[in-house]
Amino acid sequence: MKGALAVAAGGTLAACGTEGTKQSEASCVSDDLSSTEKKLAFSNWPQYMDVDEKDESKRPTLEAFQSSTGIQVTYTEDVNDNDEFFGKVRNQLANCQSTGRDIFVLTDWMAGRVIRLGWIQKLDKAAIPNVQANLLPSLRGRSFDSGDEHAVPWQSGLSGIAYNGAVTGEVRTVDELLTRADLKGKVTCLTEMRDTMGLLLLSNGHDPNKFTEAQFDDALEKLKRAVASGQIRRFTGNDYAPDLAKGDIAACIAWSGDVLQLTAENEKIQFVAPDSGVMLWSDNMLVPNKATHKANAEKLMNYYYEPAVAAELAAYVNYICPVQGAQEEITKIDPELATNPLIFPDAATLGRTKAFMALDEAQERTYTQKFQQAIGS
Amino acid sequence: MSTLSRRRGRLSPYLLILPGGLWLLLFFAVPIFQLGVTSLYDPSGSLEQGYAMTWAFGNYADALSQYWPHFVRSLVYAGIATVLCLLLGYPLAYAIAQKSGRWKNLMLVCVIAPFFTSFLVRTLAWKTILSDNGALVGFLRDVHLLDASGRLLATPIAVVLGLTYNFLPFMVLPLYANLDRLDGRLLEAANDLYASPARAFAKVTLPLSMPGLVAGTLLTFIPAAGDYINAELLGTPNEYMIGNVIDSAFLVRLDYPQAAALSFILMAAILAIVFVYIKRAGTDEVV
Repeated sequence: MKGALAVAAGGTLAACGTEGTKQSEASCVSDDLSSTEKKLAFSNWPQYMDVDEKDESKRPTLEAFQSSTGIQVTYTEDVNDNDEFFGKVRNQLANCQSTGRDIFVLTDWMAGRVIRLGWIQKLDKAAIPNVQANLLPSLRGRSFDSGDEHAVPWQSGLSGIAYNGAVTGEVRTVDELLTRADLKGKVTCLTEMRDTMGLLLLSNGHDPNKFTEAQFDDALEKLKRAVASGQIRRFTGNDYAPDLAKGDIAACIAWSGDVLQLTAENEKIQFVAPDSGVMLWSDNMLVPNKATHKANAEKLMNYYYEPAVAAELAAYVNYICPVQGAQEEITKIDPELATNPLIFPDAATLGRTKAFMALDEAQERTYTQKFQQAIGS
Repeated sequence: MSTLSRRRGRLSPYLLILPGGLWLLLFFAVPIFQLGVTSLYDPSGSLEQGYAMTWAFGNYADALSQYWPHFVRSLVYAGIATVLCLLLGYPLAYAIAQKSGRWKNLMLVCVIAPFFTSFLVRTLAWKTILSDNGALVGFLRDVHLLDASGRLLATPIAVVLGLTYNFLPFMVLPLYANLDRLDGRLLEAANDLYASPARAFAKVTLPLSMPGLVAGTLLTFIPAAGDYINAELLGTPNEYMIGNVIDSAFLVRLDYPQAAALSFILMAAILAIVFVYIKRAGTDEVV
């Protein structure tokens, strides 16, 4: 009954509009029970944690963390999509309530949004010395978290072009992808605006980290033409991978880690970093407001920034490892991986990477609106 | 004593309604009210700043003028899928109910079995069936029904086929429940009076099965019109239905007023169609 009243009250409140959803350190104070509760709830994306080759229910690095610290980790793979996950937790976080999670992992731009909204707790830098010491320099001071106070990269990756050599010849540029006649109806782009539009901006010679609305519109025009001509078949999330493997898709905008896994099964499938530039992104560990095990969370972050642990994880996950020193460690596991530029990019590759600029709310709204309309919804 | 029991008798209908009524109030009436309110918020508000209540009825006009093609497409696809379901489902339901003998239960299980796996998995399976390099497309190309570069996946045909497949059991089950009770003696009587089988069907079976047919078409059409998984997985942006737009407005664009307005327009459109349909079908008693 109390619930019914609360809901009814919510209904009447809603009738006069809603308050903003911003929180601050003062408006939403979280208690840390880590000293008495050896627990941690960790929400991550699927296939983002190493599993035992013989028994997929075992997660070696995570289990080692649990036995060395005594912290019981509830690991859930329930982040499938940034927007969807935001929808899942926004009501709780807007009202300063617990989401039941101590760490969740979100991509840069969504991490930027929840930090901007004041929904994320500040980390204690003294508790994460490994992160301080080993985080790749190119991932420090990112515009959405300039003081490196809230977000710690879990894995990073590149967005570029992938093609299936069994179906088509090499695809080197974004323009080829969007106009080459033999690819018609066999191209997909990503529904993630930052990846797709970032690459298109780069192909026009513009900087995704610093662009004007006119430049964005230009790039969008290019995309719309490719949709209208039937060149682009669909916009996808991770689901381009099986289609690319089957050959229903000849080439697409893709994430490096996915393609590496496909290449391992079929060498004809290749990742291309276009000369005009590639997008670099990270998925970041964040501690939301009202999470009650922040100190435990920091212990876990610190643990995954030990080079040996990071190497073990990178050997399984195949994305870019954000931890310095892991490259030396990984040679002990598989020397070939240590020289793979998609896991440990060299300076030349890193020099061609760009990040998408942090958007304020109004910009985010305008650009998302335009992009969504261009991709059909 | 007698007054007490009489009072209890008068109360009992209300007590019976109470659990279901509360459930509906909490999980249907309140959210619908909230959705209605949201659809009238000032569209210039945002999640971050909050929304002001300005009775912005313009949201409806904006939503409709911007997305009417998606509405039309949804209704057309759902309509075609419903007709296909009926053409496939009626003979199937009839066969199970009247002709299957001891195979009846097994056949019913076969109709329901796909429900044991998730909707998503079933739709993804269609991606394999219709794949450009699959056997079906290969065959159609060989017999020149498709040209060499032709495809099924990522076309309107794929979306309609997906909808038809996914909602077929909703057509079959109500029709089966109805046809199962068909009194065979009526058909015998028609036969005795020299009605041809076709005429007996048109004059006896079909009219008697109308309630099942109406229930089946509604159960198929309504969810199909709001579906977005089939368009998303089997179609292209050119096949997106209104469900895809609502999904994007709620989750990606975060335009809550427009998302709510679109949802209400969809509900109103479906309600209107259903009312006209039931009036025409003349079987008010089924709803």
